[in-house]
Amino acid sequence: MPEEQTYNYKVVRQFAIMTIVWGIVGMSVGVLIAAQLAWPALNFDIPWLTFGRLRPLHTNAVIFAFGGSALFATSYYVVQRTSHARLYCGKLAAFTFWGWQAVIVSAAITLPMGITQSKEYAELEWPIDILIAVVWVSYAIVFFGTIMKRKIKHIYVANWFYGSFILTIAVLHIVNSAVIPVSFTKSYSAYAGVQDAMIQWWYGHNAVGFFLTTGFLGMMYYFVPKQANRPVYSYRLSVVHFWAIIFTYVWAGPHHLHYTALPDWTQSLGMVMSLILLAPSWGGMINGIMTLSGAWDKLRTDPILRFLIVAISFYGMSTFEGPMMAIKTVNALSHYTDWTIGHVHSGALGWVAMISIGSMYYLIPRLFGREIYSVKLIEIHFWASTIGVVLYVVSMWVSGIMQGLMWRAVNDDGTLTYSFIESVQAMHPFYVIRMMGGALFLMGMFIMAYNIWKTVAGAKPVTATIPLPAAAH
Amino acid sequence: MHDFVSEFWSWYIIIPTVLGIIGCFVLLVKLSGGRIDPDKEAESMGHIWDEDLEELNNPLPMWWLYMFHFTIIFGVIYLVLYPGLGTYEGVLGWTQTSQYQDEIDTAAEKYDPIFDKFAEQDLVAVSEDPEANTIGKRLYATYCTQCHGSDARGARGYPNLTDDDWLWGGKPEDIKKSVMDGRIGTMPAWQEVIGTEGVFNVSEYVRSLSGQEGNRVVISKGKELFATNCAVCHGADAKGNYMFGAPNLTDNKWLYGGSQKRVVESVSKGRSGQMPPHGEFLGEAKVHLLAAYVYSLSQEK
Repeated sequence: MPEEQTYNYKVVRQFAIMTIVWGIVGMSVGVLIAAQLAWPALNFDIPWLTFGRLRPLHTNAVIFAFGGSALFATSYYVVQRTSHARLYCGKLAAFTFWGWQAVIVSAAITLPMGITQSKEYAELEWPIDILIAVVWVSYAIVFFGTIMKRKIKHIYVANWFYGSFILTIAVLHIVNSAVIPVSFTKSYSAYAGVQDAMIQWWYGHNAVGFFLTTGFLGMMYYFVPKQANRPVYSYRLSVVHFWAIIFTYVWAGPHHLHYTALPDWTQSLGMVMSLILLAPSWGGMINGIMTLSGAWDKLRTDPILRFLIVAISFYGMSTFEGPMMAIKTVNALSHYTDWTIGHVHSGALGWVAMISIGSMYYLIPRLFGREIYSVKLIEIHFWASTIGVVLYVVSMWVSGIMQGLMWRAVNDDGTLTYSFIESVQAMHPFYVIRMMGGALFLMGMFIMAYNIWKTVAGAKPVTATIPLPAAAH
Repeated sequence: MHDFVSEFWSWYIIIPTVLGIIGCFVLLVKLSGGRIDPDKEAESMGHIWDEDLEELNNPLPMWWLYMFHFTIIFGVIYLVLYPGLGTYEGVLGWTQTSQYQDEIDTAAEKYDPIFDKFAEQDLVAVSEDPEANTIGKRLYATYCTQCHGSDARGARGYPNLTDDDWLWGGKPEDIKKSVMDGRIGTMPAWQEVIGTEGVFNVSEYVRSLSGQEGNRVVISKGKELFATNCAVCHGADAKGNYMFGAPNLTDNKWLYGGSQKRVVESVSKGRSGQMPPHGEFLGEAKVHLLAAYVYSLSQEK
């Protein structure tokens, strides 16, 4: 059969397997640094193992290696299946896989060495940044090239979200990474002072908005209806919430810089747009959860669907929490505390990781033409993850709000009630609980790796023929 | 006060903001309408992807629509009241600087009398006042523990405040001056001047002053070097000088460590210690209380 009449599953398989590998790597580093916060001696006085160097490694590994691989795998799968067309330019697609892995490996080497641009979520130095830009532009060519080849006139909603994610990340990365190199491993930002800070958080918040939100909404819009075997709840809701998210998200960055040198007007706009963002964000949650209406009973028996639905619930929770924390009065308490860390992880573990895990359980057996080895193990994985996230998020809420309140408590003579170190001591038990939550989540990933290994070991890769588009009715 | 170099940039902010918010509203109005019929499934859009993917076209949920409208209305009101639209300053005239100043003024009005009560008293009297000591201790916990430690016993490079050894003088007024204006204590680097052997000799001599054993010849060579180079600041008897913050070298108390390695390092590379000034940011009344508290630490026992 001519290759053009089959789907390109090879690159999807590669990214899907690496999703699990990088998930384990990134989360292991996360558990280690969580343990270091509780017991600082665990850096063993080795510079490469210190928190300051491993923390960016953790964030880069989970966001860009784990999350990124999941997005590449699913977007390549979804865009082919919903366009009824083979991936455009297979060689370029293969390059995106190897290029992206090269980026990850470079990050894993340079960050522990202390080579960094010291911009959060954009730590990698300029030579790696250039490689990212090249891979990303190739990704855009492959993705949109496939859309152009589609056999169905209408573009499926998941592809809108993937498309917006790919385009916006390209713009964000290229603008925020503008630097003046002084050597191969050192550079200085092209922007100065508060403008540098603003561009950094325009990038930083939209890495959350477009990488971790719209990208994974694309995933949701395909795998939830597929796994539930139900139509998407509302087309027009997807139109409204898509455009409203696209418009409002790009403004929200300044809420990371409340009460700083950032001008007042910028802070206000950031806060207002963050609040208006609430309803558009929830549009995605409604569409995801309501797609299940008429099939609620499946939640009892299908742990994959449960992963997907719990992910959407965490999505709803953290997209409510985010706008609340963007309100200046709330932010004055929450900023610089562990509450932020809890918020991020309810999004990162609860939403991003769980929707990816659910999608991978759907995807990987189909790529290898096998049934999943054990549904029971998925069930166990589900509970380990859910309890892990809850432990993590709740401990950080308590710890964060406690910190905020301790820092602002004053005696009747106006002096501070607590010294900083007292707030650090008070956080210790919550740091231990957080680490246990993270460890539980990581344990789930190991169970998944075993289950997937048993599923695919010895299996022949599937070659799937592209079916004719079904007739519209 | 605003940050725009020209009117253009102000409009550059205002127009997309206003149009964007109106756009959200129009999008909502255009696509809302219709009611959910609980007995009947909504119509499908009629497209099918990937064999069985379809979309229904349910109307927008009412509660969600209300929420969206509410946030838009809140946003509009907020942008009328507060700065946000370019150079427009907002009806309330709020700025974060004015909010800060208001809070500082309120606090000053409420708490200053408490501190001022002690500001006129003599430092020794304040140091013996239990109420003043409670306040002083709280101030110490907030501003001083980072370097001098919760127990005020210091750390390497940061002096112990509980003993009777002082770099800049231990009288209450000296301590107050240290806190108010800060201190910079500089020990020059001697490597270039007296060479490796000279550094070693003088270090061994210095260590011998507080009773460490050493080679007699080395020590006597060191003594000569000390007299010509070090005595200027540390004094001929090596008991230090408060004027330069030069430590007493005879009491076996070491700011940067008294091992051979540490003393050689201090002599060859020099040291630079800095106590930051607190007068401007804490105000004299609080520094007065702090100084009295620190003074009290070395008085009891």
